[in-house]
Parts: sequence; C-alpha cells; structure tokens
Amino acid sequence: MAQLILYGLIYGGIISLGAIGLTLLVRILKFSHFAHGDMMALGAYLTLLFRVTMGLPMWLSVALAVILTAVAAVLIDRIFYKPLRRTSPAILLIASVGVALVLRHLIQFFWGAAPQVYQRGVERPYIVWGLRIRPTQVWILVMAVVLVIAVWLFLQKTKTGKALRAMADNMDLAAVSGIDTERMVVWTWVLGAALAAAAGIMLGMDTQLRPAMGWLMLLPIFAAAILGGLGNPYGAIAGGMIIALSQELSTMFINTAYKPAVAFVLMVLLLLVRPQGLFGGKA
Amino acid sequence: MEWGGIIGYGLFLLIYGGIYAISALGLNVQWGYTGLFNIGVGGFFLVGAYTSAIMTKGPDFSHLGGFGQPFLVGVLAGGLLAAVLALLIGIPTLRLRGDYLAIATIGIAETLRLIVTNEQQLTAGVWGIGAIPKPLWSTFGDSYNAFYAVVVLLAMVLVYFAIERGIRSPWGRVLKAVREDEAVAQAVGKDVFRFKLQALVLGAFFMGVAGALFAHFVGYISPEAFEPMNATFLVWVMLIVGGSGNSKGAMLGAFIVWVIWSGTEFVAAALPPTFGPRAHALRIVLIGLLLMAMLLWRPQGVLGEERQVSKLVRNEPAGRSAQGG
Repeated sequence: MAQLILYGLIYGGIISLGAIGLTLLVRILKFSHFAHGDMMALGAYLTLLFRVTMGLPMWLSVALAVILTAVAAVLIDRIFYKPLRRTSPAILLIASVGVALVLRHLIQFFWGAAPQVYQRGVERPYIVWGLRIRPTQVWILVMAVVLVIAVWLFLQKTKTGKALRAMADNMDLAAVSGIDTERMVVWTWVLGAALAAAAGIMLGMDTQLRPAMGWLMLLPIFAAAILGGLGNPYGAIAGGMIIALSQELSTMFINTAYKPAVAFVLMVLLLLVRPQGLFGGKA
Repeated sequence: MEWGGIIGYGLFLLIYGGIYAISALGLNVQWGYTGLFNIGVGGFFLVGAYTSAIMTKGPDFSHLGGFGQPFLVGVLAGGLLAAVLALLIGIPTLRLRGDYLAIATIGIAETLRLIVTNEQQLTAGVWGIGAIPKPLWSTFGDSYNAFYAVVVLLAMVLVYFAIERGIRSPWGRVLKAVREDEAVAQAVGKDVFRFKLQALVLGAFFMGVAGALFAHFVGYISPEAFEPMNATFLVWVMLIVGGSGNSKGAMLGAFIVWVIWSGTEFVAAALPPTFGPRAHALRIVLIGLLLMAMLLWRPQGVLGEERQVSKLVRNEPAGRSAQGG
C-alpha cells in the first residue's frame, strides 16, 4: 500500500502539472482546452526527437522540447483560436477538439503508433524503507516539486505573474488598469504549454510514449482541475494528487483495467455533491 | 471501375452515410439546436450497437445473450438504453457549465469502452460479438445491401421528420432560446434544465438507433469499432460541415464527409503497405483540418441554419455567422 501511495505521488505530480496549465487557461482565457493532453504528448515526442533521434543530452532535449511546445501553442492560438475567440466559447471548444485530433495524428504520422521509450533497458530501483523507486522516478518527483515552486514564485512575485492573476480575477478591471491583455494571453499559453510539455515528458520517462497518451491523460487532468475548483492553480495540485492516489489505490479493490475510469467516477460524484470543486473557486 | 463496383460503393455510401446521418441528426438536436456539447457520441453509439446485438442474438456461450428478439425490438432497445445513459449523465452535469458536460461525455464514452473490453461474460471483450442477425438476410440474399440501404434511409427519414416536427413546435423554439441565452429562457419561466435534459436524451436515442443499425449491418462488433475518431469526431465534423442547427445540413454533411473519408481510404490503400498506418494518421489530420477550415471560414456550414420567424413576418435571408452556446 505504501508502494501504491508512492506511485500515486509520482503520477499525481504529472497530473498536477497538466491540471495547473489547464486551470490557468480556463481561468484567464475562459477556455476549456481539450487539446491540452495532446500538448503533453507533443512535448514528450519532441524530447524523443532530440534525445533519441539526434542524440542530444537529456536536459537539453527537455529544454528544447518545452520551448518548442510553448511556441507551438502560441502559434496554434494565433492561427486557430484567436480568430474564433470573439465568436463563442463553444466554437472554441470544438476548435480545440479539432486541434487535438490534428496534433495526435501528426504525432502518429511522424513517429508511428508503436510505443517508444527514451531509454531502453531496465533500471535497478533504489530500495528505501522497503519501497522501490527507480532513479527516473526520483527525477520526476524532483522536477515536479521544482516546477510547482517555480510556478508559485512566478505567479506571486513577478510583475507578469501578478498581471496574470489580476486577469484571472477580473478581465475588464485588468484591462483598464493598463495590463496588456494580448501579451498576457501569450504568457498564459507559454506557461500552460510549458507545464503540459514537462508533464508529458515526465509521463514518457515514467512509462512509455504513445500517440494516444495525451488523449488518455485528458480525463485525469480535467478531473483534477475540476476537483480543484477550476480556477485555483493550487487546488489543481491537490486535485491531481487526489485523482492519482485514488487511481493507484483503486487497484487494490478493482480490476486494474478500470484505473482510468476512477478519475471519471470521482469527478461525476463531486459534480453531484459539490459542483464548485473541493477548494472553493467560482462554479 | 465497372458498374457493379460503382453500384456496390453507392450502396455502401447510402448505408454508412445514412447511419452517420442519424447520429449527426441526434447530435444536431443536442448541439445544433440546444448548444449541448457532447463529445461522447461514440459512447451512445456503442450502447445502441451492443444492446441490439445482445437482444437479437440466440444463445451464445461467449457473452450475454439468448434473448432472440426481433430486429426492430433490438434497435429500439438500443436507442432506449442510450437514452437512459444520457439521462444518467445529464442529471449531474446539465445544471453546470457546458464544458463539464463535455468532459463528462468523454468520460462516459471511455468508461464504456473499458467495460465492453473487460467484461467478457457480458460482451465477449476484445473478441467482439459476431454473427449478429441481419434482418431478412435469407429473403434478399445477393441484393441484401440494397434492401438494407432502404431500411437505413427509411429510418433516417423517419428521424428527420420526427425532429423537424419537434423543432418547429413551441418545444423547439425553447431549445433554441436555451442555446442563444439561457438566462433569458429562464427569465421567461422555462425550466432550462428540463429542456436540456430532453434534448440530450432525445439525441442520444437517435445515436443509439444508429449504433444498432450499424451492428446489424456489419454483423460483428468489437471495442475497436468505437474509437473516438470513427464514432465521435467524424460525426462532429459532419454536423459542422453540413451546417449545425439544420437537420438537412446534418444529413448532407454526413454524406459529404463520408465520401471524403472513404475516398481517402482508397488513396491510402493504393499506397505501398509500409506507408499504411501513416496514411491512416494523415487521413485523420485531413479531417481535422477540414473541421478547422470550416470553423474559421464557414462556421455556419454548407447549408447554415434556416431562420425561422413568425409566418406573419416576411422571411428574410438569414445572416447568422456563428452558433451561440
């Protein structure tokens, strides 16, 4: 059981990063971005390109992939989402479903449908207090914690971060107080996509890369964001942990195959009881 | 291609296009008229297909069965069970923001795929259910596809008239009011939640019927047939291409997109086999770009929504640019 909790924490870190980015997009752009999972996959596969195909060191591959995913997100926003932003939120939702479709199958086109890994071979796990943890998983945990702290510092301390939070609270008020809203939109995408890419890379490190990985992550990250109250980045972290831990612990009672359904069931139950999410936020 | 091939393809077009058209008509009730964002079309389609297959088959040890009901009973049961599912999913989500419904429908579709894959005693798992009865198979023999095309088109026309009747009634006007502005509909005393639930359930019923018609035509279903691409996104693209908020558009879009979809399959089949899986991915990219292009440049679709005003007012050409939500 302690082992399952450990795996849950690792997986929870990954989900949380995806959910934070999603929450920012929902809160600041009022946009439920259904291509967010596939942004994760894009980051993961770009890392594969730099690391395995081009043979660059891992840290450089990760950095390049995160930057390129952010650039891709901004471009996608300029080309597809921006012209539609004025029509209606629902049209934007469909557009993001279309973008998700295109991204996922471009990945499949370039990299094929077969699962891939960054590193072949089996890692020898460390044994700490009787718990098994692979070196890669240690890295994932460290990266997740560092990124969450970095995001927190960015949102709390920098001018851009404060402007972003102002926009999340009240778009009009932010605009009249002189915040360049278009620039903040770009920032939101950069931040959301970079976090998504990092989460995707970590997922790829922990397990393997598949073109459908993003689609399969969409449900857990949305469930985490909704649990966290859709609007509060810190709630998203708690939501991610709850989802991940319940998915892992559920395997003690039910068929492992149903793990992905746990997130969904939790989400529906929460919506029935407390639609505003566990951690406040406006419904 | 000789004549036989062309006629054969034409019949396939009518059957598959017709089945998709019924799904798209259902989605049009939900999205086109009421603004409900259902990205789990495939889930309702799946329930219809499996329900009808299980209801109509004789005893089979590999899965639940042995009811041996007639075709029509199976199809109706398929639609009804899909409707019940919509009811269950609608109650917790329809009072909330639209995107909650969207993510919940994805969830239900994915969960259903997990269930049919894993509950072997119920659905035979990945092996799938085979030998699904084809109605009047022995009577029509070689010209069976022609007969089935008539069955599907008849069902499509029936669904079309049923929806048109509903939409042109006061009930239909409330749906559109809900789509355009929920607060206003609420303010004039309409129970918005109820109307949304009705639209969701009705649309899901048609999707279930479409799934059942699909199962009886192909004769074999497995979880693979209900991947989100085939069963959900294609239907969305059809509705957007044809024109959401217009039943004729939904049907037209279904046939247009099916021709494009199956046409690219011919092209993909002509390529070297090593290119095969990649060509499949490229086909989907193409469909995705088609969707984006429509949204950007012609959001009202080929036909666009018919504007309906009182008979006493002169009917002016519609100038709507986009759907409201």
